[in-house]
Amino acid sequence: MGLELMALVPALPIAGFAALVVIGRRLSRRAAAVLGVGSVGLAAIVAIAVAAAYLAAPPEGCSYTQDLWQWMRVDGFGPRIAFHLDALSLVMMLVVAVVSFLILLYSAEFMAGDEGFARFFAYMNLFVGSMLILVLADNLLLLYLGWEGVGLCSYLLIGFWYKDPANGRAAMKAFIVTRVGDAALVAALLLIFTSLGTLDIAEVGRRATNEWPAGSALAVAAALLLLGGAVGKSAQLPLQTWLPDAMAGPTPTSALIHAATMVTAGVYLVARMNVLFALAPPVQFLVAVIGAATLLLAGASGLAQHDIKRVLAYSTISQVGYMFLGLGVGAWGASIFHFLTHAFFKSLLFLAAGVVILNLGREHNMFRMGGLRKLLPLAFWTFLVGSLALAGLPPLAGFASKDLILYRTWTSTLGGPLLWLAGVVGIFLTSVYTFRMVFLVFFGPASRKPEGRSGAAMTVALVVLAAGCLLASVLGWPEALGGTPVLVNFLELALPEAPEHGGSAALEGVLSLVSVLTAIAGILVAYVLFLRERGLVERLYRSAVGSAVHSLWLAGWGFDRLYETVLVAPLAAIARLNRGDFVDIFYRLVGRLAVALHSILSFTQTGRVRWYAAGLAVGAIIILAIVVAL
Amino acid sequence: MDIVFYISAAVALLATILVITRAQAVHALLYLIVSLLAVAVIFYVLGAALVAALEVIIYAGAIMVLFVFVIMMLNLGPPAADRERAWQRPGMWVGPSILAAILLGELIYIIASAPGSRTGLAAVGPQEVGASLFGPYMIGVELSSMLLLAGLVGAYHLGRRDRPRRASPRRSGASPWRSRDTGGTR
Amino acid sequence: MAIVPVEHGLLLAGVLFTLGLVGVLVRRDIIFILLSIEIMLNAAGLAFIVAGSARGQADGQVMFIFILAVTAAEVSVGLAMVLRLHHLLKTLDVDAADSLRD
Repeated sequence: MGLELMALVPALPIAGFAALVVIGRRLSRRAAAVLGVGSVGLAAIVAIAVAAAYLAAPPEGCSYTQDLWQWMRVDGFGPRIAFHLDALSLVMMLVVAVVSFLILLYSAEFMAGDEGFARFFAYMNLFVGSMLILVLADNLLLLYLGWEGVGLCSYLLIGFWYKDPANGRAAMKAFIVTRVGDAALVAALLLIFTSLGTLDIAEVGRRATNEWPAGSALAVAAALLLLGGAVGKSAQLPLQTWLPDAMAGPTPTSALIHAATMVTAGVYLVARMNVLFALAPPVQFLVAVIGAATLLLAGASGLAQHDIKRVLAYSTISQVGYMFLGLGVGAWGASIFHFLTHAFFKSLLFLAAGVVILNLGREHNMFRMGGLRKLLPLAFWTFLVGSLALAGLPPLAGFASKDLILYRTWTSTLGGPLLWLAGVVGIFLTSVYTFRMVFLVFFGPASRKPEGRSGAAMTVALVVLAAGCLLASVLGWPEALGGTPVLVNFLELALPEAPEHGGSAALEGVLSLVSVLTAIAGILVAYVLFLRERGLVERLYRSAVGSAVHSLWLAGWGFDRLYETVLVAPLAAIARLNRGDFVDIFYRLVGRLAVALHSILSFTQTGRVRWYAAGLAVGAIIILAIVVAL
Repeated sequence: MDIVFYISAAVALLATILVITRAQAVHALLYLIVSLLAVAVIFYVLGAALVAALEVIIYAGAIMVLFVFVIMMLNLGPPAADRERAWQRPGMWVGPSILAAILLGELIYIIASAPGSRTGLAAVGPQEVGASLFGPYMIGVELSSMLLLAGLVGAYHLGRRDRPRRASPRRSGASPWRSRDTGGTR
Repeated sequence: MAIVPVEHGLLLAGVLFTLGLVGVLVRRDIIFILLSIEIMLNAAGLAFIVAGSARGQADGQVMFIFILAVTAAEVSVGLAMVLRLHHLLKTLDVDAADSLRD
């Protein structure tokens, strides 16, 4: 019974959006908050109910499709508005709905002083609705609808405080860079449709397996283009430049869109289309390589940032890199598990950082914070929980999921020790930059006194998320330590198993130990560098090599500069060349022709009577000639 | 009797040529009267006695006299004739002559292509004309009378001398028909 | 009555008409232009009479009477305007009244 309620899950936030657009400005703060948070809250409740119904009585084939209506029908192309529920979309739906609700609850208090209150909730509702459409979509066109919807909301929310043009520029940058990925995704859709004749996801999988041999050009092309789309939305190399700048939006936006949900849309896409990727092994390997490279690059960049939100942004890029790494080696379930845990601890980190930012009067620079451990206890403890999860220390959830990915990377036939090593180095970098944040913000001498304190909404949200970080590890505690991969087993109803060789519980235990030790080493290094001997870092900065490396990492490895010189500047130069707009030349020519004709014809208007009489005579001659000729 | 037609035609042609080439207005006028009289003779010879009389009475007798009145009123004097001679340079005749020649050529072509017939066979008397005027052409008569009325009113209006206006509510923005100051015309 | 080919009569009318046209185009004095217009109108009337006489109908003469009426009205108004123009421009040069130009 409960499964039919599935359509309500995306519908409720969309309805909330519509209501807020129409009457939002006339509502009081409280009413707008109730409407905005309530719609998503209801959606979360319905999602939980649907999940419960699914788990209690799984439908046949472990997937359930709810067909709503025919979207369009044009000569054999007939996509439908249909939602598809299987293990993967169930997990995604639950995470998106619950985490969105918590973040919106938090923002009811966080954004209370803002004049665009109703607008914020409208955009957030539209976002949640689009994201849910994306994960529940039955066919690629509907998925693309959700994809575009979340892109739009990302733009609207990054540029939320539109009066500052810098925010607008950041929003445009995000939109344009992801557009490159979107273009690749559209190309993929076109390719799939023209060669397979359908966009229905399950059908695509079936037909591709039958018609495309493994490694064929079409499969590689389709998978590559899909990867292009995923890379754009998930801010991986080479399209990762937009995410750090996207931190210009409000903190709940950064938490929801740019940490927990939207950036994982790419991960979902790859996981959903795993059949195509399995048919194109070189592309799948590329996924893993991109993941590994990104997590290292972003991790290094995170070490040099001084804006607390930018550190978290690079951290997000890095963690999504882990998910891509897992997808690339065929550990589909492990990546989704990491997505789940990441959603909890990253949004927790963002929201706790939001408390700090808000109470310090919108201060973002970590070097101007300090000693907030006693002054903002709620923020401190929740941030600490999130940081420990991010670093990957047991018994928190991040440990289990990251560990699973790294174990599968080592054992998978598609992975190997080299990729595993990249992952481990990433763990080191992660814990260093994470605890750099912790020590800079919460320890050491206090430079500013916070004003205000958090209310009930924010506290509840933070505490629930922190609890989630702790409890989620239950879903996938490593077998070596006595647990069962509950979530991954569940996901294997929808996703194939990772091909592996030479795996054993003992190996898993050893690898886990290595990860934990690396993380602890990172914490110690951070402790030394950023709490004990801060002077060491100062001296490093001032040395020639140190300052060069620092500025390179601060600028995100110079990608912005690269794109600026290679792509933006030539285009701007061409646009400047064409300032006169050569197409306009034709139209201006028409105008000038008319004026010239006028000045020629105006010679006939001399104002002299005899001239006009002569005109009459000529006219008479001509007409007579015509009459005579006929 | 045919010869009368041709002689009158020659006279008319010659007089007309002289009309358009004279320098003095009065001379041209008088030559035009001669031309009109010749044409009246042609009308009579072709059997249209009524219009012959009308031509003399109205055309030559009233309209030309009107011209005479106006020329006298203008009172231009010898300088006008000198100016006329100065304006009439031989080169000015070329263009109009060419145009007129082409038009004449076309007319000749049209006339010559019609089947030959003869005119002047019988006289059409005033009685017939009158009956036609008050019969089928009644409307034309009424319209011409209206036209004449309009002409009368127009001529009267245009011919008024300027009189100083008293207390006329004239707005400072000139009426759209006055593109420039026409000296207080009404 | 003179029995004459129609062509001759119409030819005469045509020549008179073109002479009048030349007069309109060549002369610069308004009075002369008006005179030339009279010539043209008269020539048109002649053509009507010739044609009417060729068919033995009164219609030609009727048309001539109408032309006469028109001419009379036109001349009276035209000459009144000549007086006005002379009063305004102090000359009878028709080229002096050329302000309606581009």
